[in-house]
Amino acid sequence: MVTFLIIVAIVLAGLAIMQLMRVFEGTTKLKGGDNTLPTNSENIYQSRMMLAFVAGYFIFFAWLMAEFGDKLLPESASEHGVVLDNLLNFNFAIITLVFVITHVALFYFAYKYVFSSERKALFFTHSNKLELLWTTVPAVFLAVIIVYGLNAWWDITDDAPAGSLNIELYPKQFDWTARYAGSDTTLGASNYNMISGTNPLGLITKGSIAAFTAELREEVVGLKEQLEAAPKGGLKEEELTETIAKRERQLKRIATFESLNEASLAAGNDDVLVKNEFYIPVNRSVNFTFRSRDVIHSAYMPHFRAQMNCVPGMTTSFNFLPTFTTAEMRQKTGNDEFEYYLLCNKICGAAHYNMKMVIKVVSEEEYNNWISEQKTFAESFQPAEEGMTEVNQPTGNEISMIEQ
Amino acid sequence: MATAAAHNTDHHHEETFVSKYIFSMDHKMISKQFLITGMIMAVIGMIMSSLFRLQLGWQGESFAVLNFFLGDKWAPDGILDPNMYLALVTIHGTIMVFFLLTGGLSGTFANLLIPLQIGARDMASGFINMLSYWFFLASSVIMVFSLFVETGPASGGWTVYPPLSALPQAMPGSGMGMTLWLVSMSLFIVSSLLGGLNYVVTVINLRTKGMTMTRLPLSVWALFVTAIIGVLSFPVLFSAALLLIFDRMFGTSFYLSDIHIAGEVLEQTGGSPILYEHLFWFLGHPEVYIVLLPALGITSEVIATNARKPIFGYRAMIGSILAIAFLSFIVWGHHMFITGMNPFLGAVFTFTTLLIAIPSAVKAFNYITTLWKGNIRFTPAMLFSIGMVSTFISGGVTGIILADSALDINLHDTYFVVAHFHIVMGLSAVLAMYAGVYHWFPKMYGKMMNRKLGYAHFWLTFVCAYGVFFPQHFLGLAGVPRRYYTNSEFPMFDEFVGLNELVSIFAIVGALAQFIFMFNFFYSMARGQKATENPWGSNTLEWTTPVEHIHGNWPGPLPTVHRWAYDYSKPGKEQDFVPQTVPLEDGEMDGGAGH
Repeated sequence: MVTFLIIVAIVLAGLAIMQLMRVFEGTTKLKGGDNTLPTNSENIYQSRMMLAFVAGYFIFFAWLMAEFGDKLLPESASEHGVVLDNLLNFNFAIITLVFVITHVALFYFAYKYVFSSERKALFFTHSNKLELLWTTVPAVFLAVIIVYGLNAWWDITDDAPAGSLNIELYPKQFDWTARYAGSDTTLGASNYNMISGTNPLGLITKGSIAAFTAELREEVVGLKEQLEAAPKGGLKEEELTETIAKRERQLKRIATFESLNEASLAAGNDDVLVKNEFYIPVNRSVNFTFRSRDVIHSAYMPHFRAQMNCVPGMTTSFNFLPTFTTAEMRQKTGNDEFEYYLLCNKICGAAHYNMKMVIKVVSEEEYNNWISEQKTFAESFQPAEEGMTEVNQPTGNEISMIEQ
Repeated sequence: MATAAAHNTDHHHEETFVSKYIFSMDHKMISKQFLITGMIMAVIGMIMSSLFRLQLGWQGESFAVLNFFLGDKWAPDGILDPNMYLALVTIHGTIMVFFLLTGGLSGTFANLLIPLQIGARDMASGFINMLSYWFFLASSVIMVFSLFVETGPASGGWTVYPPLSALPQAMPGSGMGMTLWLVSMSLFIVSSLLGGLNYVVTVINLRTKGMTMTRLPLSVWALFVTAIIGVLSFPVLFSAALLLIFDRMFGTSFYLSDIHIAGEVLEQTGGSPILYEHLFWFLGHPEVYIVLLPALGITSEVIATNARKPIFGYRAMIGSILAIAFLSFIVWGHHMFITGMNPFLGAVFTFTTLLIAIPSAVKAFNYITTLWKGNIRFTPAMLFSIGMVSTFISGGVTGIILADSALDINLHDTYFVVAHFHIVMGLSAVLAMYAGVYHWFPKMYGKMMNRKLGYAHFWLTFVCAYGVFFPQHFLGLAGVPRRYYTNSEFPMFDEFVGLNELVSIFAIVGALAQFIFMFNFFYSMARGQKATENPWGSNTLEWTTPVEHIHGNWPGPLPTVHRWAYDYSKPGKEQDFVPQTVPLEDGEMDGGAGH
């Protein structure tokens, strides 16, 4: 590859130098001639190039359409996506028309009205009629586009219908966790102060509060021991004091969660957390909510024409109704390995390009079977073992611990 | 004004090398300084794009050239590091948007054209003008310097959204590199503001006798309105940058809340990254027009001159510049449709954004009508201008799709967006900037550029530019996200391996073609054919100044203006142009103005 490129570069450079030499020979021949304005033959040549270009441009467009037009996203797998695709096609029809007409006019005029010393250009400064025409015609088209587009927008951004499945998508650098509300259909309370190796989403339950409080207290005890052993007045002492103060402040914040009402504290117990892939039932509206642990991510599900940013410090949401199961989509696309994907679509760091989940759309029955096999948060939650203080290391352990 | 008045005609003081070429207060020299600095930055930005196009075209393959430019740390064995990939796209964007197309474009042409075309001896304040350049240079130097810090330059995308850009633990590029980025941008903004204020004041106060606002060439109108937009919007970016510096260094939480990163809970609460996005795009969208309006101004000038025909609908052109400028301040939210903003707000931004299509359409149709029944001379500048009208339309129409909040859901941050803004803003402005350089080179350097090389440069650039960006619409429609180091993690994108390769080949050939321009530029500067005073047969005032630059621009008294700038091919006139300094004959109407 490298050698190939080097050869290409050398060949190109050689061609360029040859071309240069020829050009300079040409210009020296014209010694004394005025090099300011294009000659007649240059003007004519360039005017023909205008036509050639616009033809080539359209051919390129057509070739891309023929070659890749059928490799774009397949038919929308969500209800609102069909509306969006129609809207998109409607817009494309209009802009392609405008694109073609204006380009034909632009390059044809450039070709047709090439310079001739025999004639003068038309002194045509303005025309209120024409200008009114191309102010109002675009305005009318835009009005249609706006009304059509906003109608779709209102429908899509409407609240999720009652009975929707509640799922939270929770990103961090660089993976996703999906959380299901469980049998109570309510997502349990959560807070970033509660995040630990065993509780990656920071769910607040009686169990998690107790366990994490104990864990942090133990860590503080350990740190205090280190502090006593550390040399006085050193950098180490300062660092330790700071960390201890930090942990104690965190403990105080966590203590406030205990005053949440019983129902809130219980809601998280039956939540189900999954990684790598998640299931949704077909033909039932899904209400996704999004938070983020660290930086902004974006949950992009192109097959469902769905996207929403995940912003630390706030909760966002998006709901849609999936209409085709993964199996149905495999049939439609003729691709046995077709999968729906959740992608990260907001730059979030080095492994941004690899932050994904597979979305399985299945029948209600399959979904029920699958979800009943998953462990609830209470079942999977294993308080940290005795003496294990480094729970805050952001390692891959979290994943395996949850999945066990 | 005092400066300009003091430099009277026959008063010519001796200048040392330093005062003439380095700490110059002459607008013509400052213009050249901006141009050369912008060109150097552009070469850096362009090489960066070629490097990451190598990765995108042949994903994960090894290239000795990557190792040559980036070293063992960032391209071990010639394979690009993902962090460095992000750094390259970030700095490429920053350089192209700010250093080339804001500093380079406005800095060059506002400085050159405003005093010369309005008939002024210099800018209102030569000193502030000089300061503007030196801030620009300092910020350029710091930006380039940031490439060499150990943790790499800023890598969070050119929009540098926090928390990614606020937290050094989020990515290596958010360390020292990001600090330098913010320092550099702050200096850049100071430069922009100093320059912009000067341009505004100069246009308002220093127009020569007879140069009414409705006789100003459209280039000056565009640069004038651009400066106003900059002066109103850049301070907002400055505050955004300042608050980000505070969050990074002093523990404030303007943009940070509820964050758990690198195993630690951050104690900053109550801020919102969305606040940053609002502040950023409040500049960021007007910025698009800060880039585009000068390009449209240059194009208007070059097209009218070389079509030998008045620009069609002069007043409508001014009107649309003003309309675009006004609307540019109330559309920023269309960059944020999917941040969870209130759907009603989204609807408002959709509405205002689509309104911009109307003045833009007027401009496009007016350019086309200007060519109709013209008498077109295909100078390289004219080719670039026609190319610019084409990219302005091709990129503009896809804006209608992206402005639609509903359609943006599925296209946001995909290659469709990359294609859209590169064509409508990047290509349009770059092509117009080239048009400007070819057109005013005789005025800047007193020499002609080689025309044949200009043709070769145009066609290679124009064809390659479309070859790079047009296919990217298809990537976007297939859902390929931008800023992905590789697409190989998703089997659904495998179909586009060949297309990405094609795009990369166009990108690299297109980049190499720019060296034709560089060669032509420096060769012509040294050995080009000597220019005449008015080589293109133009009407505007800059072509009444002597070829050799003099301080104060005109050897005698300032010219008096009697007519608008577009009396090309006026019936009853012997020549096909009538300079603005020629008095109106008895009963002659003044151009397109007034009726």
